[in-house]
Amino acid sequence: MARNVSTQAKVGFTIGAWVIALLLFSPILWTILTAFKTEGEAIANPPTFLPQHFTLENFGAVQDRSDYIKHVTNSILVSVGSTLLGLIIGIPAAWSMAFAPTKRTKDILMWMLSTKMMPAVGVLIPIYLIFRDLRLLDTVHGLTIIMTLINLPIIIWMLYTYFKEIPVDILEAARMDGAELWNEIVHVLVPMAVPGIASTLLLNVILAWNESFWTITLTSGRAGTLTAFISSFSSPQGLFLAKLSAASLLAIAPILLLGWFSQKQLVRGLTFGAVK
Amino acid sequence: MKLTPFIVGALTIALASSASAETLTIATVNNGDMVRMQALSPAFTKATGIDLNWVVLEENTLRQNVTTDIATNGGQYDVMTIGTYEAPIWAKQDWLVPLDGLSADAAYDVNDILPAIRGGLSVDGKLYAAPFYGESSMVMYRKDLMEKAGLTMPDAPTWEFIGKAARAMTDRANDINGICLRGKAGWGENMAFLTAMSNSFGARWFDESWKPQFDQPEWKATLDTYLGLMTDAGPAGASSNGFNENLTLFQQGKCGMWIDATVAASFVIGKDSTVADKVGFALAPDNGLGKRGNWLWAWSLAIPKSSQHAEAAEKFINWATNKDYLATVASSEGWANVPPGTRTSLYANADYQAAAPFAKMTLDSINAADPTHPTVKPVPYVGVQFVAIPEFAGIATNVGQLFSAALAGQMSADDALKQAQDSTTRDMTRAGYIK
Amino acid sequence: MATAQTRTLARTMMLPAVVLLFIWMIVPLVMTLWFSFQNYSLINPMMTGFAGWANYIYVIGDPSFTQSLVNTLILVLGVLIITVVGGTFLALLLDQPVWGQGILRILVISPFFVMPPVAALIWKNGFMHADYGLLAHLWRFFGAKPIDWFAQYPLFSVIIIVAWQWLPFAALILLTALQSLSEEQREAAEMDGANAINRFWYIIMPHMARAVTIVILIQTIFLLGIFAEIRVTTGGGPGYASTNIAFLVFRTGILSNDIGAGSAGGVVAVIIANIVAIFLMRAVGKNLDA
Repeated sequence: MARNVSTQAKVGFTIGAWVIALLLFSPILWTILTAFKTEGEAIANPPTFLPQHFTLENFGAVQDRSDYIKHVTNSILVSVGSTLLGLIIGIPAAWSMAFAPTKRTKDILMWMLSTKMMPAVGVLIPIYLIFRDLRLLDTVHGLTIIMTLINLPIIIWMLYTYFKEIPVDILEAARMDGAELWNEIVHVLVPMAVPGIASTLLLNVILAWNESFWTITLTSGRAGTLTAFISSFSSPQGLFLAKLSAASLLAIAPILLLGWFSQKQLVRGLTFGAVK
Repeated sequence: MKLTPFIVGALTIALASSASAETLTIATVNNGDMVRMQALSPAFTKATGIDLNWVVLEENTLRQNVTTDIATNGGQYDVMTIGTYEAPIWAKQDWLVPLDGLSADAAYDVNDILPAIRGGLSVDGKLYAAPFYGESSMVMYRKDLMEKAGLTMPDAPTWEFIGKAARAMTDRANDINGICLRGKAGWGENMAFLTAMSNSFGARWFDESWKPQFDQPEWKATLDTYLGLMTDAGPAGASSNGFNENLTLFQQGKCGMWIDATVAASFVIGKDSTVADKVGFALAPDNGLGKRGNWLWAWSLAIPKSSQHAEAAEKFINWATNKDYLATVASSEGWANVPPGTRTSLYANADYQAAAPFAKMTLDSINAADPTHPTVKPVPYVGVQFVAIPEFAGIATNVGQLFSAALAGQMSADDALKQAQDSTTRDMTRAGYIK
Repeated sequence: MATAQTRTLARTMMLPAVVLLFIWMIVPLVMTLWFSFQNYSLINPMMTGFAGWANYIYVIGDPSFTQSLVNTLILVLGVLIITVVGGTFLALLLDQPVWGQGILRILVISPFFVMPPVAALIWKNGFMHADYGLLAHLWRFFGAKPIDWFAQYPLFSVIIIVAWQWLPFAALILLTALQSLSEEQREAAEMDGANAINRFWYIIMPHMARAVTIVILIQTIFLLGIFAEIRVTTGGGPGYASTNIAFLVFRTGILSNDIGAGSAGGVVAVIIANIVAIFLMRAVGKNLDA
């Protein structure tokens, strides 16, 4: 967008935007800095901005106590697995809503969204009992199923709004029977909707990664994700702020990096039908 | 879309890695002594071939997870870390495996466990949980600040003296608070302290017919004294301070006195402490009524009935709580850092006495606590800083919230007591204690 | 347009999603309803049998029930106001040509990637701690007495933390909407001599209305169940000052191990969520017509 703006205005906007951006980022920045300080320096008064005695000992201490690789692997398996599963179920559903809508389509969509309003704490015991009986407690696939169900409404909604913007005429030509319909979805619709699917995928990986109730209550060690990892560093005995910061950094780093690198793809499809 | 094979593959890998030789899942709290146990545990695996799968969680999360699991017979854990509150209640529900093997093992020497602690973990003479470390509470104070204030701490102070000393030591300009006490809401946080304190004021949770007693003058005296102390001599933000927050404050030299768990002693004279060489210890205060405000607690290891590996689990518990374990910790970390408060032999050990100046005071405090007669007036319950009924955790958490709000200045002491009385009456009626 | 055959196919393709979500909704819901009429305590196996309405009476009679309703509302509205107003402002700012736009976006979007317990822990210990938090240092630097955030302004502190997490999300959606406003529309407005404020009110705002409703809808779904942030920071207190419905359910059901009462609380929460949902759908549904 090449709008004509005076240099003065640009300087003003730049300063303003940077100040606000840094303010928003400061909690994360502070955590990063603290992670490399000693425990004593982390709570020193007056505080230091940059680590005076740059140290990696916090990361060592964290790794000694918790198997970071195991937790990260579980987080990746659950978030990616549940998102892919959600896409497999969600793409056909979103297709039919977008291209063969009935008068109930919108109601169904809203009903799907409303399943997300059930408070997790209220259904913990039922889910726990079901998981116990199906032998799903502390398993990666158990968590993957839960995460899929939790995020499915969002997946369908995002895809639906994206699909709706694809001109129907292009698809109509190929519409014949079941086999060709599948072909149409795979070869015509999906390629056209790649930006929307990519952004749906990214958003749901983020949401699943950050889910913290079920991942803690339904696991015990083997299937524990990074949310369980972080729980072992919150308020232990003794000085802990630097170690907590290091653990926090480790917990958010993968998703932060993913988000940074895929920021454009994420944003492109993140409209939920907000744009017509 | 060829995604399904990928997912199946990923899940297979995840599953395969979890199904191998005998593996114990151990749930524990992220306290220093347990973290050390985890660090030393490869030696156990090496000796026995039993793999360990650690679940180290923050205390409240851990409690919630193990309670849900044991009550629904979930079978996720083989060894659980529980306290003296849970052990007898769970044992009576028949949820725990009795540790008969330990009791029969001469080398383990179950008679060496401190009687007060062992009693708290046994039902009908059977041991259901093995203590990992035990604690009472006591006064930790700064000798230098006490001297500066022109006072001498007696070995067995009164609340009156504590109040006087706290106010004399307070120096807000230099960021020194006369006294640091727990304020964070929770039955194991502020209510542990306040319940123990109330015992020394002659208060009690319930009378003989389970009627809550927050409307009695003894509780008012307790709360008024507590709030007065904290207002005049306590740190800012006290209503969110628990054990750990106060420990940090004390280590930073910001507290003149701190009344809390005896296990804190090794931390306040440890390497993270800036005041390590200036700390003295005294018994928890009393009010001349014959009871001191000190509690009794032991983090202990127990085996849930739902465990498929009870035998291996007992082996692990034996390893983690026997005399050799103490010696192992001593050889790598020094005697001052061994898990305290569980064995008589430890307190007779000359090396330990030399390394741990707090040893005598810890033992005296533990021995001074009497869970079966915790209060001045008669009560229908056992437990010093808790009431050993299943409903207590929920009830005391509610009361803890109210007292925490009083400390934060959001309600008056009288309102807090009145609401505590109402809320407790409501819950006790629901639970069927009050007819 | 669609033939009967494709319509059948379409239904078939929707079936897995609908069936799965239906099971996911109905099974726990029925179990929760069942438990809510039972005496069921996790730690007291003696408590059994049909309870009638006792669990509901107990939960609704909780001294913090009304307050937690109000708190839920304040929490949702507070976060919505901050994120929508702040998000609009941010979107307008990010839409301007500035130097380093790429990095700026990365910085602004980052809070959204932080998992709730970590966000709460960072704010609690690194920022809002009354003694060594960065804000306390800042207050002292200006000679003021540090604020004890979670004791003095518990609900407000939680709102700040949650709003921090959701602000980037709102800003991004609003930004996308803003950028879809065609150049011609803007230029036409500029030609007409409309000033910045008029352009904002008459061109930009109407265009963004749809995006705003969507931000409100999605965030409300997540905000009604805010839990991790409260548990980590204030534990619902002091008193009941930061207890919302989700936390109340947690306290009665899980902390007190009273599944009967907790389930009744869960059912009440579902009813409240549905009231909000119907209200929202009415408002948003219109905007979603396409």
